[in-house]
Amino acid sequence: MNLTLFVWRQKGPREPGRLEQYSAENISTEMSFLEMLDVVNEGLIRSGREPIAFDHDCREGICGTCSQVINGVPHGPQEKTTVCQLHMRNFKDGDSIYIEPWRAKAFPVIKDLVVDRSALDRVIQSGGYISVHTGGVPDANAVLVPKEDAEAAMDAAECIGCGACVAACPNGSAMLFTAAKVSHLTLMPQGKVEAARRVCVMTEAMLKEGFGNCGNHYECQAVCPKGISVQFIAKLNREFIKAALKAEA
Amino acid sequence: MQFLKSSIGRKIVMALSGLIMVLFVIAHMLGNASVFAGPDGINAYAAKLQGFGPFIWVFRLIMLSVLSLHVYFGILLTLENRAARPAAYTVKKDLRSTFASRTMIWTGLVIAVYLVYHLLHFTFHVINPGISSAVNVDASGRPDVFRMVVLGLQDLFTSFIYIAAVIASALHLTHGIQSAFQTLGGNNDRTFPVITKAGTIAAGILLLGYISIPLAVIAGVLKH
Repeated sequence: MNLTLFVWRQKGPREPGRLEQYSAENISTEMSFLEMLDVVNEGLIRSGREPIAFDHDCREGICGTCSQVINGVPHGPQEKTTVCQLHMRNFKDGDSIYIEPWRAKAFPVIKDLVVDRSALDRVIQSGGYISVHTGGVPDANAVLVPKEDAEAAMDAAECIGCGACVAACPNGSAMLFTAAKVSHLTLMPQGKVEAARRVCVMTEAMLKEGFGNCGNHYECQAVCPKGISVQFIAKLNREFIKAALKAEA
Repeated sequence: MQFLKSSIGRKIVMALSGLIMVLFVIAHMLGNASVFAGPDGINAYAAKLQGFGPFIWVFRLIMLSVLSLHVYFGILLTLENRAARPAAYTVKKDLRSTFASRTMIWTGLVIAVYLVYHLLHFTFHVINPGISSAVNVDASGRPDVFRMVVLGLQDLFTSFIYIAAVIASALHLTHGIQSAFQTLGGNNDRTFPVITKAGTIAAGILLLGYISIPLAVIAGVLKH
C-alpha cells in the first residue's frame, strides 16, 4: 500500500520545526509502524536526505521508548498498543498519516520525533522507591501480601513510563504515571512505610518539572498502552489526603 | 501553606468548594420551585429567608469565600495547564474527554459573569428597579418576589440570558460532579460508573428545574 506521511521535522531543541510531507510506497500490511518508517528512512538516506529521527528500543511493546502521536493519538489508533506493535494493517491504502512528537513543556523535543523524557525519571528519583536494609535475600512469603493487593499493585506496575498519558492529556499532566508509581509501591507492605512522604514529594516533583494538573479528562487511560486505570489517580488522591491529615495530626 | 501549593491540594479545594456550591444550587432550585405555588408560595419563602436577619450576611460571606476560592484556583490551574503544553498538536483526537470537560474554564466564566448579573437583578435590584421586591409588596405586605420574577422573566432577552446561563451551569456540572468525587478519591471500579451517571443525572435535573421557571413564564403558565 501507498501512504502520504506528514512528519514533524525539527533539527534541534531550539530550532523551529514543521510538518513535512513524505510518501511511503509499497508498504506491506504485515509491517509494524516503525518498520514502515525504517523503509521511508532508507529511501531518504538513498536520496541523500536526513532520515527521520525517532525513539525505539525493544520493538516488542514493553520498553516504553517509542513515542509518536499518530493522527492525533499517542501510539496511534489501536488500543493498548505501543507504536512498535502497531501494524500497518490498521491503515488503508492512500491514507494520510500525521506523525508528531509528544508535546509537553516537560518533554522538550530533541530532534524530529525524539523528546527528552528524563522529567519522568526525576519524578521517580524524588520518591518512587522503597528504602530497605541491604543484606541477604529475605525468605519468600516472609511478608504476606493479600492477593487483591498483589493484583492491584501488578496492574499499576504495568506502567512502562512511555509518557503517552502526558502526550494525550489536554493539560500535559503526568498524573496517571505518578499515580501508577505511587500505587504500585504503596499497595505493598514494604512500600507503606514511606507512603505519606512519597505521595507528597512525587506530586511536587511532577509540578516542578512543568507538567500540568489533572483535570479528570481521562484521555490518559484511553491511550495508555498498558491500559492503566484512572482509578489509580483516585487512589493517589486518597493517599495525598491521608498524608495531609497525618501531617496535621 | 504547603497544602495549597500542591497540585492535588488545589484540586481538593476545587472539589470541596464545587460540591458546596452544588448543594447550594440544589437548595436554591427547591426554593425556586415555590414560585409554582403562586405569590403565597415564593413570597412566604422569601419572607422566611429574610427573617434570618444578619445570618443571611454570614451565609453570603461564606458562599462568597467558597466561590472566590473556586474561581481563583480554577483560573490558576487552567493557566498552569495551558503553560504545560506550549506547542499545540496539528492533529489531536479526543477519546475520553467531553465537550463539558474541555470547556470548564469557559462555562465557569460564563457562570461567574451571569452570577453578577443575577445578583444585580434579583438580590440588589440594580437592574430593572421598577419591578424590585424591595419597593413592591403583595396583599399580605410581604416583598413581592413573585411579581419581580414573573415580570423580570417576561422579557424574552432576560429569559434567554437565564436559560443560557443554566445550560452553561449544567454543562459545568456534568463534568464537575464526577470530577469532584474522583479528586476526593471516592472513585473505584464499582463507584466510578455510578458516580459519573449520577453526576450527569443531577446536572440534568438541575437544568430542568431551573429552566422550568423562565419557560413557564414565557408560556404564560406563571403570570402576574
